[in-house]
This record gives sequence, C-alpha cells and structure tokens, in this order.
Amino acid sequence: MGSIFQGAPIPEGPGYSFRETPAVRQAPGPSSAAGERQHGFYPYTDNGGSTLGISGADFAILAGDTRSTSGYNINTRYAPKLYKIGGDAPDTPPIALSVVGFAADGAALAERLDTIVKMYRYQHGKPMGVAACAQRLSHLLYMKRFFPFYVAAILAGLDESGRGALYSYDPVGSYEREQCRAGGAAASLIMPFLDNQVNFKNQNVPGSGQGHALEPRKPYDLPRGTVEELVQDAFTSAVERHIEVGDGLQMMIITRDGIEEVYRDLKKD
Amino acid sequence: MNHFPQAWGRPRDDVYGAYDASYLHDQNGPKAHTQSPIVTGTSVVAMKFKDGVVIATDNLASYGALARFTNVKRLRQFNTRAVLGFGGDVSDMQYLDRLLSSLSIRENYSAYASSADSADATEASAELNAKNLHTYLSKVMYKRRSDFNPLWNAILVAGLDGDGKPFLASADLLGSTFSAPSLATGFGAHLAQPMMRRVVPNEAAVANTTREMAEKAVRDAMKVLFYRDARSMDRYSIAIVSKEGGVEMMEDEQLEGQSWAFADRIRGYGTQVN
Amino acid sequence: MFRNNYDNDSVTFSPQGRIFQVEYAQEAVKQGSVVVGIVSKTHAVLAALKRNAEDLSSYQKKIIPIDAHYGIALAGLASDARVLSNFMKQQSLSSRLTYDRAISLAEITARIGHRAQVNTQHYGKRPYGVGLLIAGVDAKGPHLFEFQPSGVTQEMVACGIGARSQMARTYLERNLDHFEGSSRVELVKHALRALKDSLSQGRELTVDNTSVGVAGISEDFKLYEGQDIASWLDATFENREEGEEGESMEVDT
Repeated sequence: MGSIFQGAPIPEGPGYSFRETPAVRQAPGPSSAAGERQHGFYPYTDNGGSTLGISGADFAILAGDTRSTSGYNINTRYAPKLYKIGGDAPDTPPIALSVVGFAADGAALAERLDTIVKMYRYQHGKPMGVAACAQRLSHLLYMKRFFPFYVAAILAGLDESGRGALYSYDPVGSYEREQCRAGGAAASLIMPFLDNQVNFKNQNVPGSGQGHALEPRKPYDLPRGTVEELVQDAFTSAVERHIEVGDGLQMMIITRDGIEEVYRDLKKD
Repeated sequence: MNHFPQAWGRPRDDVYGAYDASYLHDQNGPKAHTQSPIVTGTSVVAMKFKDGVVIATDNLASYGALARFTNVKRLRQFNTRAVLGFGGDVSDMQYLDRLLSSLSIRENYSAYASSADSADATEASAELNAKNLHTYLSKVMYKRRSDFNPLWNAILVAGLDGDGKPFLASADLLGSTFSAPSLATGFGAHLAQPMMRRVVPNEAAVANTTREMAEKAVRDAMKVLFYRDARSMDRYSIAIVSKEGGVEMMEDEQLEGQSWAFADRIRGYGTQVN
Repeated sequence: MFRNNYDNDSVTFSPQGRIFQVEYAQEAVKQGSVVVGIVSKTHAVLAALKRNAEDLSSYQKKIIPIDAHYGIALAGLASDARVLSNFMKQQSLSSRLTYDRAISLAEITARIGHRAQVNTQHYGKRPYGVGLLIAGVDAKGPHLFEFQPSGVTQEMVACGIGARSQMARTYLERNLDHFEGSSRVELVKHALRALKDSLSQGRELTVDNTSVGVAGISEDFKLYEGQDIASWLDATFENREEGEEGESMEVDT
C-alpha cells in the first residue's frame, strides 16, 4: 500500500523543473557543501492480490485472484499468481506454488524452483517429493535473506501417503506445514474466516455443556466440494472489502490425477 | 600553483567557497548508479486487435519540463513480428537499442536464422518472436534492478507470439511484467487505458476488434494525452504489427482533428489574465 | 606401443596431415554398441542396442532425454556423453529461461561441436570419446544430427554409429526413399530393422537390450524401454521364431 504514494508530486509544489523527485537531502554538519545524495531507487513494489490454500484428505487446493495492481492502477485483469512446479509430465507428482506480493520476485522464485525440481529429476532419475521441494523453497528464500524475495508463498502438493500437503512461507524462508493459509493483500480478511470454517476455531459442539465443559468442535478433513465453496466465498468477500483484489479467481486443485485448473470471474470494480 | 593537484585549474576556495567535489567519484563512497532518469520519454500506448497489435509513442524526449529533443523515435522494430515502445530514460533506451542490435545480429548468424533460399512459413518461425523478446527483456530488466542498477524504462512489447497470435506485454525498471488486451505506460495508464479498455475490455473482445477500430482508439488516446500530458507532443510514431502486413511503421505522424475551441473560455492564466 | 611419433597429443599433425588422437577417439565410438536415428516429415526416432557388461549387471544407458523436445543416443565412452548431456541440458534450460524458447537442434549441435573442437586444439586436452545422435523436433520441424569426437557435426536423414553400424547404414541407404513419408510406427520399425541388421549372428533384439526414443510434431521426446517396446518388436519381427529356440517359448503365444 505504501507504494501508492511513490509517484506523488514533490512537497514543494508545482514550481519544480529539472528534478521531479526530492533526491537531494541536506546532510547535517558543516563539512558537506553539496549534501549527500539519497538512494533514489527502491527495488520493490506491491502488486496487490491475494492467495489462499487449503489441504484435504486426498487433495490440496491453491487459489489466487488474477488482478495485478500498481497503486490505484490496474495493470491487468489477468496475471496468474499460481505456478505449476516441475513440469507436467504424466509421472511427475503434482506440485503447485502460489506467490503474492512483488510479482517480479514471485515469477523469479517460481522459475528457480521449477528449474531445481526439473534438474533434480534429471540428475536423480526420480521426481522430487513435496517435502523436499518445500524445504528447498525455504532455502531459496533464505539464500536471499538480505535482499529478500518480497513474496508470501504457499506450496501445495500430495505427501508420500497421498494426503494433501500445504506449506506456507514468509519472505525470508520460515515455513510450516498447515491445513490452510491465506496470503497477500486480503490475508487479514480471509485468514480468520478460514480459522473458523476449516479449523472450526470458536466453534463448540452444541449442547455439550456450560463454561469449561463446553467442547470445542473437532476439525476433520473437509470434502473437496466444501473446500471449493469456501475458497469461492473467501474471495467474493475479499473482493467486496479490498480494492486490490478482484477480476478473476484462479484455482489449482491438486489430486493424484494431476492438477486441475479452474477459472471463475470475480467482480471487476 | 600549490601542491594540491586536485585544486589546479579550479576556482579558489577563498573566493568562491569550497569546491563541490561530490561529482568526483568518491573513492570511499558506494559506486554510483542511476538514481533518477534524466532525459525522458512519456507514455507508450498499445492495444491488440484480432490480427495484430497497434502501438504508439510521441517523438518527444524531455529534459525535466523542457521539451529538449523533438524528433526522438521511441518505437523500435525488432523484426517482422515484434515492435518495442520505450518510456522513461532515453539513454537507457539507447543502451537497450544497442543490446537488441547485438542480439539481432547474433540471432541472424545463428542456427535460428532462416536460410536465404527458403521463404516458407516454418523457416521464419524459428527466429525470435515478440513473446521470446519480452521474456528476454524482462530478464535483463530484472537482473539490472537486482543489481541496484536499473534501466529506467517502462517498455511495451507488441507483436506476434509463437502461434502467430497477437502479443502485447509490459516490462519495467523493476522487472515487473504483465500482459493485457490494452496497455499504457506512464500518464497513459491514467488517460489512455480507460479509452482503450472500452474497445477491448477482455481477450474475447479482441477477436471482434478490427485493425481500424484499434488504430482509431490508439490515435484518439494519443490526442487526449497531448491535451492533458504536459510532457507530450503532437508529433508521434505509430506501428501496426500483423501476420499479413508484418510491421507497418509510421514515424512522423501529426496529431489531427485537434479541438482547442475550449481554450477561448479558459481565463486566469496565460494570455487571458482575467 | 605407439603407432608413430605423432599421436602423443591432439595438437600435433602427422606429416600426412592427420591428428591421430582424434582418429583414436573415433575408434572409441566404434567400440560402443550401435545406435540408429531416422527422421520423417513428422517424427524423429532413435533406436539403440544396450549392452550389459556381464549377465549380472544392468544394461548401459544409450538414449538420454535432454529437454522436452529432444534427446540423444550415444556410442562410445558413456562418461564423456554424460558430460556433454549435462552441458546440453543446461544450455536447453537456459534457452527456455532466457527466451521462453525451446533451443533449436542445429544450435545445440553447433554448441557441442564447438566444445569438442576446442579439445582438439589445446595441449593437454583430450577429444571426447563419444559419438552422438541428436534427434527431436524444434520450430523448424523434426531433425537428426550426428556429432563426432572431432567436432564435426552434420544433419542427417538417417544415421547409424557404433560397433558394426555399417550394416545398419546399408539398410538405411537401401530404404532411404521410404523415410520421409513414413508414419510414426513405420519409422520405428525401420529403425529397429536397421538396428537388427547390425547384430552379430544369432543375436536378437529383446525388450531388455533395446531402447527407442521418439519425438514428433506436437509430441514430446519420450524414451521407451522394457515392455513398452514389446509390441513394436513383435510387429517388426513377426516371423522370427526360427533361429532362437530358447526364447521362442516366451515370444510365441
């Protein structure tokens, strides 16, 4: 959101001529006659958008809206945030990655991971498992600890026993396997909804008692249809309240049969 | 002459004040990279139609508010199926021009070049198309931003992809990339984009858009930009890339059908002070 | 031990204008088991005879898929081929990453040709002891290239290299006119028959000792081995019961 104001006019008003950005800052102290130049280039921007992942008993779903923004501008209404990892040869286990934040870093990260998984297969003669891939992604992010990829990443696949596997990351590589995670601009809007609807937070078994005797409702593996509806609801709601989210919803449903891709329209306002 | 060679031939400190040595590359300071653009070009506008893409820029290179160079061509033809439009720093554009020239030469001497004796379609399809070119440029831009040494440009790549379908995508100084039925950089993102989106709101609409419709929308957009963008000019370049026609480049177009009737009624500054 | 005084390194010409080390390297190719490649208008096919060092060991790798659109077959030093194939893999990936374009077969062949030539002109280096057939499909259609240790590369319609490959080439020359219009399966059959002609008396192509690689227009390069090639072998050599009593029991139904 801070990026919105980057192109704003300079504070001195419209009298400027040659220099449109306030690049010269008068340095303190008597020694510097001309002042020091500030770094005028900021290598990041926020392209907005939101992502979400939920894992189930034998599937995992990744979803992201397709709007790309810079400030109040919409760059495009269709810029996918979801990437397939490791090629789509028939015998490769399906892995997908969602990245949201600075889109150029996201694309670079997805491309690096994809290359690594492809080279792993070439060198070892077998595909990379999702757990190994997840850890490698963490390393990729941490490798750039001091010039980070400015993205929230979610990796989805199926683990060795065929269960849905979902890993979420911060920009510098901390990661964790989870049931569900929302990322990006509307994460703070979607995540509480997911806590309640996927992990049944703040839900109790009706009539189980009063006070401490009240039993929390136990989470179970949600069926695929329910999860798809949750994803859809999460995004239609986020679109209502967040200006950087909208235009289209892209979903990747990862099952043992491969990756099924779904696209649905969202509001374009 | 004293024994401070650095002071020789320079104004005396006691008369003119301390010499500003900041421009001499300070041995102790960090290596200086571009911090801001100097000579700049304004918007690039482009939109797809059913058989190709229209792209346009004006011919102005500004030095701040000064309209410094009035005959600078900011569209560059790469080959028969790709044209680039540059906004932002003009010297960085010229660097990219040289980079693309060397790429072009390398390609044309390589195994990708179509042999002179065969002119069939499959032969030509081996050379770089607009999509290949955009991928390459986005890597260059991203590498440079990652080195904190950006090429201060916003670039539109217009042309045909590997399947001969219309292709339009953007790359900028941060390495960000995106693609849409219509694109505009700089001021055009505010003024031209809404006009073009009325014609091609989505990919489906592109199939129903003729070359004439697209060309008119782009020329209209250039006019509105000239009206309202203070860093624009009424001479401009427009290129149309299509499968049948290849690249048609018109580099010295004059903005036509301007209406300044409203200007009479404007009071308060300029010649009509009150 | 030495044949003459001019074969100690690959930078010295003999008075007859030959570089013996390079020629010896080409002998190494002839030691390798035979591989065959053919192209039609729509497909490119590689077929290879795999050897096992002993009955207890596994069979050698003869065909290596490099990128989605092409692969190589090798005859000679497998370790040298691995170095080359790693290089080719990297170059192919780099082309896809930098330009989003599948590298052309002519280009990748030129690049390994150049690498091999460097080895024939620097003291202390040794030529690659391997010959390659590079087959696949790029923007200009199906292609087959031959690569030799000398750095010589050439585009071929059909080609066979390796031990006793003269017999395979004879077959290919005789059937040259049929290849261009061949269907996918016909092309595989031609390749298998050419391969068969190079076998010594009494040996047969089996699912264990044969590899086939196929690429086509809008069909990615794929390596076929084991039971995947059984039907091709059966279709190619329908009446081969005679001369192999031992195996006929299994082959016959």
